[in-house]
Amino acid sequence: MTAIAPAIAVEDLGKTFTLHTQGGLQLSVLRGVRLAVEPGECVALADPSGSGKSTLLRCIYGNYRPQAGRILVRDGERTVDVVGAEPRAILELRRRTLGYVSQFLRVIPRVPALDVVAEPLRALGASRAEAMAQAATMLERLRIPERLWRLSPVTFSGGEQQRVNVARGLAAGHPILLLDEPTASLDADSRARVVELIVEARHRGAALLGTFHDAEVRDAVSTRVATLHEAAA
Amino acid sequence: MSTDGERPLLRVRGLTRWYGPHVGCLDVGFDLWPGEVLGVVGESGSGKTTLLGCLSGRLVPTAGTVEFTTREGSSVDVLRMSEADRRRLARTDWGVVHQNPRDGLRMGVTAGANVGERLMALGVRHYGAIREAALDWLGQVEIDGDRVDDMPETFSGGMQQRLQIARNLVTRPRLVFMDEPTGGLDVSVQARLLDLLRTLVADLGLSAIVVTHDLAVTRLLAHRLLVMRRGQVVESGLTDQVLDDPQHPYTQLLVSSVLQP
Amino acid sequence: MSDYNFAFLDEQTKRMIRRAILKAVAIPGYQVPFGSREMPLSYGWGTGGVQVTASVIGPADILKVIDQGADDTTNAVSIRQFFVRTTGVGTTTQTDEATLIQTRHRIPETPLAAGQIVVFQVPIPEPLRWLEPRETETRTMHALEEYGVMWVRLYEDITRHGHVETAYDYPVVVNGRYLMRPSPIPKFDNPKLDHCPALLLFGAGREKRIYAVPPHTSVRSLDFEDHPFTVETWDRPCALCGAAGVFLDEIIVDDKGGRMFVCSDTDFCARRRQACGADSA
Repeated sequence: MTAIAPAIAVEDLGKTFTLHTQGGLQLSVLRGVRLAVEPGECVALADPSGSGKSTLLRCIYGNYRPQAGRILVRDGERTVDVVGAEPRAILELRRRTLGYVSQFLRVIPRVPALDVVAEPLRALGASRAEAMAQAATMLERLRIPERLWRLSPVTFSGGEQQRVNVARGLAAGHPILLLDEPTASLDADSRARVVELIVEARHRGAALLGTFHDAEVRDAVSTRVATLHEAAA
Repeated sequence: MSTDGERPLLRVRGLTRWYGPHVGCLDVGFDLWPGEVLGVVGESGSGKTTLLGCLSGRLVPTAGTVEFTTREGSSVDVLRMSEADRRRLARTDWGVVHQNPRDGLRMGVTAGANVGERLMALGVRHYGAIREAALDWLGQVEIDGDRVDDMPETFSGGMQQRLQIARNLVTRPRLVFMDEPTGGLDVSVQARLLDLLRTLVADLGLSAIVVTHDLAVTRLLAHRLLVMRRGQVVESGLTDQVLDDPQHPYTQLLVSSVLQP
Repeated sequence: MSDYNFAFLDEQTKRMIRRAILKAVAIPGYQVPFGSREMPLSYGWGTGGVQVTASVIGPADILKVIDQGADDTTNAVSIRQFFVRTTGVGTTTQTDEATLIQTRHRIPETPLAAGQIVVFQVPIPEPLRWLEPRETETRTMHALEEYGVMWVRLYEDITRHGHVETAYDYPVVVNGRYLMRPSPIPKFDNPKLDHCPALLLFGAGREKRIYAVPPHTSVRSLDFEDHPFTVETWDRPCALCGAAGVFLDEIIVDDKGGRMFVCSDTDFCARRRQACGADSA
């Protein structure tokens, strides 16, 4: 049986922050991290706060630049090493394959919530009408009232903003998803809905890697728990 | 965005410009792909405006090459082109948005004439058609159609800037150079303008090189960043990566100096 | 005669001006710089036209000089007398008898013929001057055929007035290439420039430029497809000779607002009246 490459394969990853504005202080956050995520899996990182879970996710997304190691992401038939990849290769990866739900929504003033969620779909070539329709479905599922759809999330509550964030991250149906505390600041009902969406994604074959502070959520969505330190041993 | 095997829209190598013994920009190189927005950030004296000048043909560089891929797919050497060809390129396939809209507009003629000028220069000889195109583009930059016969002087700063953009886009250029496009505008006006630029870039598949000192503008508009200091590029990469995980000491200083409201 | 050289200018100056004229004829509509000389009339009174005439006039020429279509206005008379004094050539008021016609602001109504030369007095030769003040820039625009800004001006006229406001010195494209100012002739006269059998020379003394339209050259007045070029019309014929379809001057005859419209071309009008008089005799 031929071995199919995992969706995400992190090899020997090292990330050190050098704070030049503070006299060159070095913070070594990740060292020798090794991790693999297969399609259909949802791996939860269980390390305590401050151990670099978010850092790992950001490295995989190309948002942080590692100092050592490789991050191999499967993009259709090819594999891209995010470390050292050309900016446009990473942008293309993010457009087609790699989704990311961060801890907070970066709000652009004046852009309505519906458009925020529709944007990744437009980037994939959906018509305006199609994209808006799918975005509407998403927002409905996350119980964002319709009267808010045409407003910019600038004025939304933290919970509402986070739900828009989740909607945006999951709307396009990317095959690989990175989730950084997706249910932070959500009430129980919203959490349940987000869990539903994540499990759906998993069932359709997506590979998910995330951090879930809430144990209930973690148990509901993940198929496997891993730790960075353990992996580094 | 673009697939392998495609040629970059703009290929810059070793671009250098000296002002006597002082360096304007030194050994700048990058590739710009179709649909990409490149931000060039730096403080005063960083060389970003010099770089833009050398790229857009306003300044003659001391050394380096700039190659542009035409609509037909061939590569032209921008610095060695004839003046006639460069000026034609500047009127059709390129756009330049100046910081001060007055530098990019004809203040003495109506908004409609401003937008229609490139078409007239290309040989469009039907008044009705020119006017219609002007109205269409004014709509795209969110200027009310009944202002088509008004003079730019009667427009607000933000409107003048949007008029400047319409004037440039009427020939559907593939590459737009922008120098501090939101400089001097009120914050709310800036936001609206940036939104418009984002939408137009996405809808029209424009490539752009945006020079700015404002990091927030780059986060909104640019896919990639070049950070310049004293004429040299000290860091480059994905915008969100350069802003969220700056490597170079100067970049870290820039990012940490920005006030977060 | 006088102590002056034939036609006032020294022979070297005439050579220089003829060279400029030859270049101008070779590049229809292109403004050729020349070393304009001090003439015994002020700038703005026809020094360019006089220099061109002085450079091409020969003893066998028959000269006609008109100003606003009339042979008998002060300026026309002065310039004609100047050439008589410095050359002794024959003069005429009859268009078809002249070999050389110097004119300010009009083209004669009588059709021109091959072998005739018309010299126009030009105040501002550069058609783009009011749109682009820099000479360096306008020269580049002509070289690169970048005339968009002139079209902008026409667009503006139509926007503001519903039609092109320019009534005289109406810009034209010569030989399909150069944008040219035909001097302050009324736009009524522009069609006469197109494929004219005569040689048309233009001299601007203060601005130091000479340009030319060789015989049978295309001269097209600028217009838009949906706003085509039109000429002036009058609702009545000449009050003196009854001619229609010619350029008429409006003359105020009393201080009660009385006015009459008469031919601007005095020779044309006089000969028509003569012919009528002969008929009725």
